[in-house]
Amino acid sequence: MNAAPIVELRGVSKRFVRRADLAARLLNLVGAGHRDEIVHAVDDVSFTIARGEVLGLVGESGCGKSTVGRLVADLLRPSAGAVRIKGEDPSRARPGPEGLAVQMIFQDPFSSLNPRKRVRDLVGEAPLAHGMVRRDGLADHVAATLARCGLDPAYAGRFPHQFSGGQRQRIGIARALAVKPEILVCDEAISALDVSIQAQIVNLFMDLRDELGLTYLFISHDLGVVEHVSDRVLVMYLGRIVESAPAEELFAAPQHPYTRALLGEVPRLHRRKLAFAQVKGEIPSPLDPPSGCHFHPRCPHAVARCAAERPVLKQIAPGRLAACHLV
Amino acid sequence: MNDVVLSVRDLTTGFPTPAGEIRAVDGVSLDVVRGRVLGLVGESGSGKSVTGFSIMGLVDPPGRITGGRILFEGQDLRGLDERAWRAIRGARIAMVFQDPMMTLNPVFRIGTQMIEAVKAHTRADTRTARARARDALGRVGIPAPDERLDAYPHQLSGGMRQRVAIAIALLHGPQVLIADEPTTALDVTIQGQILAEVQTLCRESGTGLVWITHDLAVVAGLADEVAVMYAGRIVEQGRVDDVLDRPLHPYTRGLIDSVPQPGARKRRLAQIPGRMPSPLELPPGCAFAPRCDRADAACARPPAFSQVRAEHSARCVHPLDDVPA
Amino acid sequence: MSVATARDAAAKPEPGTLRRVAREYLRSPGATIALVVLVLVVLAATAAPLLSPQDPYDLRQVDVMDNLQPPGSRSWGGMLFLLGTDGQGRDIYSAILYGLRTSLVVGVLSGVLALAFGTLIGLVAASRGGFADTLIMRLVDLQLSLPPILVALILLVLLGNGTDKIILALVVVQWAFFARTVRGVAMVENARDYMDAARGLKLSPLRLLFSHLLPNCMPVLIVVGTVQVASAISLEATLSFLGLGLPPTEPSLGLLIANGFRYMMSGNWWVSVFPGLALLVTIMAFNVVGDRLRDVLNPRLQP
Repeated sequence: MNAAPIVELRGVSKRFVRRADLAARLLNLVGAGHRDEIVHAVDDVSFTIARGEVLGLVGESGCGKSTVGRLVADLLRPSAGAVRIKGEDPSRARPGPEGLAVQMIFQDPFSSLNPRKRVRDLVGEAPLAHGMVRRDGLADHVAATLARCGLDPAYAGRFPHQFSGGQRQRIGIARALAVKPEILVCDEAISALDVSIQAQIVNLFMDLRDELGLTYLFISHDLGVVEHVSDRVLVMYLGRIVESAPAEELFAAPQHPYTRALLGEVPRLHRRKLAFAQVKGEIPSPLDPPSGCHFHPRCPHAVARCAAERPVLKQIAPGRLAACHLV
Repeated sequence: MNDVVLSVRDLTTGFPTPAGEIRAVDGVSLDVVRGRVLGLVGESGSGKSVTGFSIMGLVDPPGRITGGRILFEGQDLRGLDERAWRAIRGARIAMVFQDPMMTLNPVFRIGTQMIEAVKAHTRADTRTARARARDALGRVGIPAPDERLDAYPHQLSGGMRQRVAIAIALLHGPQVLIADEPTTALDVTIQGQILAEVQTLCRESGTGLVWITHDLAVVAGLADEVAVMYAGRIVEQGRVDDVLDRPLHPYTRGLIDSVPQPGARKRRLAQIPGRMPSPLELPPGCAFAPRCDRADAACARPPAFSQVRAEHSARCVHPLDDVPA
Repeated sequence: MSVATARDAAAKPEPGTLRRVAREYLRSPGATIALVVLVLVVLAATAAPLLSPQDPYDLRQVDVMDNLQPPGSRSWGGMLFLLGTDGQGRDIYSAILYGLRTSLVVGVLSGVLALAFGTLIGLVAASRGGFADTLIMRLVDLQLSLPPILVALILLVLLGNGTDKIILALVVVQWAFFARTVRGVAMVENARDYMDAARGLKLSPLRLLFSHLLPNCMPVLIVVGTVQVASAISLEATLSFLGLGLPPTEPSLGLLIANGFRYMMSGNWWVSVFPGLALLVTIMAFNVVGDRLRDVLNPRLQP
């Protein structure tokens, strides 16, 4: 394994602030208690991805996994901490003939392609704009990229609405590949597709990884798929990482109570006549998370310390991390 | 199996379009049994949702049921007028949708809506109705039901709203509950809670449940029987263990193989080539033949739905019948 | 994954967007009629010199002895006054055709200019956000809270009469509406994934704005623009009615209506009513076409 990780997050936090507007602030002057609303979407998160690795990122609503994805893809800037892609700050990176380091594949195949652009423009615009190909080589570059993603290059003149959901997702992947990224962030990239199409796209991701040596951050709520494709998995809850482990170990023997509950609730094909419901309570709102360990109100093993003190993500075995006082 | 509460026979539902009549549901037959769960599985375009709407009489014109019978409590629901339907819908047969806001009106409080639902089918004064509503909320596992009754839908989380929708559906103890992908949009842990509640409720009250979904894994965990739909037809039907462990129809096999299994990590998933045909472009014979590696000339004629094993049927002339060794 | 699979999975070839829109539009008989009427109006206005038996502003052709002739009567020289004459002896039919021309030119030109200017402002507000957005939107609110006629009146009093002055006044009155509409649409579109994808591709801000964002705001703009042109024509007619804006040598329908108003009480109704009808039909045609376009271009109704 090469030395330096290709993706590194150090103590990264992302806060979304909704400031009280002018009227509310005026009211505050006379004693009303309007506060700025702060959502700690990502709260002091650190991890690395090695080159060629597939890192799975799982969690439920409000856990911050999408935000982490956007931070890695440089669509959002961190409020605190540092994101490093290939050792550098991505906000300083200038796109050039060598391409872009990170690209994102989006969830919704219907809104992630510009409906007014033809496929060849969707795929070919950025490489041309950044000087990666010359105008006379553009058509070939686009055709080769489309073919690699399982699309017939003859359809490059069509508009997105003329394609099916699975094909649109392939177009999105082609658009990303056209700028020769080394890292792909897949943000629920298959969730909106039918089951049989999901299999096609998952296979495509795995093929591309073998052919091009890509690194993946695979964000999904579908634990079955994450288990299938990932080398390592991070579990997030309300903005924090609660567990990190190699995929096999995580699914075979989860340590954190939330991971255990999550895996216990997931329907799998081989589990018949499940007795559901092992987790009580609702997922708290990110606007008002519980104190200490965010999971303590729903945790069957919680003790007093869990409500008072935030657990640190620490190593519990070689290659395994968990954020729990009791593990 | 004489506890069949609802029996659908050869149901066909069509939608006229400028390009011709689309048969969204084509000759579907199924039975709903008291206290048991039937999973209706299919991908988008398979007709599973339209089947549910047809049973409830909720198909919007110009679409309409063009054939078949829906036998419930000794009568054919197809022939009913709107007044008779209203007596049945919500009281004897109920439905829950993927989006709870299809059941809940955003501008009324939960309590108001539930009381209205109670009064629609029983003569009760407001106080009694409210008490019944409160009980119903408690039964679906909603804490502090009195407060919830005074809340508006937007003040509740998605999971709560769906639970309220289920509570409303079960208010009058229906014989049949049709659930159309109610947990697809919910988080895993919340889905688990709702599945648990639904399981318990149906077992206790003897309601027959039809669970419509694209998620085979949910069906595996929840259902007793499963019917697989493709292009408007049922292609396989049987007990859950039989269908999932020993599928007969190549499409079912393909669906099962598309789902990642533990223990087969990193291996290529078997994928079904192509995609489901649109209802306007159905091939003349078996709808799945263009994508099937077992297809031959015999598949150019529409295959009949035939029983291949005990309580396990498939619509295929080349079923995946293992020859006992 | 074989290419053959992709090929058989692809959709059938579909007609281009324009043809699809046109076909959908023509499904409504009422809207089709309105479109035909609109085309006829535009053609008639353009070909005014050819279609009118008389140039009503050429004093050599107008004879005051022909004044206030009822519709269907003839002049001394045998020319048919299809719709009668006005107080100066001008043929109403010819005057309407010329007046339509002026009304349309003023309405469409001011509409287009207001659209361009308002769109630019709206796009800037949507993409910059923050303080720039707030500032621009308060300006828009200010502009929209003032009654359009009042603003136009004041401007015309200050600027004087003239075709260019009235176009300017109409642009000032209309730009804010476009700006607000575009800003709303642009903000929604900006939040969509495809814009994030374009930003992720590190394309330049100008390219993002004009090549990615603007085309997706076009359907709304077309609809709003069509209806606004109708509104501009109506506003201009009002101003002309009040005697402001256009010089009497280039009257629009509004001025014709105004001039004819004094004869209403004495029974010479045609002098005012026919120009009024022409105005009504034109505005209605624009509105119906705009309405139908909005339905047809609504992305939610797309398959």
